[in-house]
Amino acid sequence: MKLRLRYFASLRESLGKSQEDLTTDAKTVGELRDQLLAHGGAYLCLARDKAVRMALNQVMVAEDAPLTDNAELAFFPPVTGG
Amino acid sequence: MQPHVVIQTEDFNVAEVLTAMRASDLRVGAICTFVGTVRDTRMLTGQAMDEVVSMTLEHYPGMTESAIEAMIEEAHQRFDFYQAKVIHRVGELKPADQIVLVAVTSAHRGESFKACEFLMDYLKTQAPFWKKEQTPDGAKWVDARVSDDKALARWGIKSSNA
Repeated sequence: MKLRLRYFASLRESLGKSQEDLTTDAKTVGELRDQLLAHGGAYLCLARDKAVRMALNQVMVAEDAPLTDNAELAFFPPVTGG
Repeated sequence: MQPHVVIQTEDFNVAEVLTAMRASDLRVGAICTFVGTVRDTRMLTGQAMDEVVSMTLEHYPGMTESAIEAMIEEAHQRFDFYQAKVIHRVGELKPADQIVLVAVTSAHRGESFKACEFLMDYLKTQAPFWKKEQTPDGAKWVDARVSDDKALARWGIKSSNA
């Protein structure tokens, strides 16, 4: 399936991009995160020992959330508004 | 009807917002507001490297608005208030600038006090904003605080943001 990935704040800076489109066979948010981590390099900013939050179609989710075709999946650090 | 959630770079006028909220609803007998501002630490710390010269706020357009709208819906399930308005600024802010306004109207004070605090606690840990502080020593992303997760836990909502 096709996904649009979006990165914000420190993760956007670490990866040097705010978004990318990809095709994946990952079934869940966690599997997709594993695939990104397998690239190594800058993607290690998504490592499990880092505080990373995820939103699927603009709603916060956990790693077991199932991916859907053409979904927007965002990775970002803990939020600090207000 | 005016939107409940506004994300903007410009400053906001609290008095104008409150006047409009009252004028549009004659049932209002209480209005509770919270205004968050950029602390001006330059005169306090005496430590030049900690001085925040400016702050940049980034957000996730679209999700920010829908997430805060959902928080207001959740607040309506819990508290008996009439209207809630949230204005949050993004972009570059200076010390002493206003960052966020939460205003809630109700018939009596108790419900608007509670709803206002609930919305701020929720927003701090669940709305996709990120602050970056600019100091003489360089730029640094602000760390999330465990105390903010605890604040939301008081309302029975588990958060693991920080």
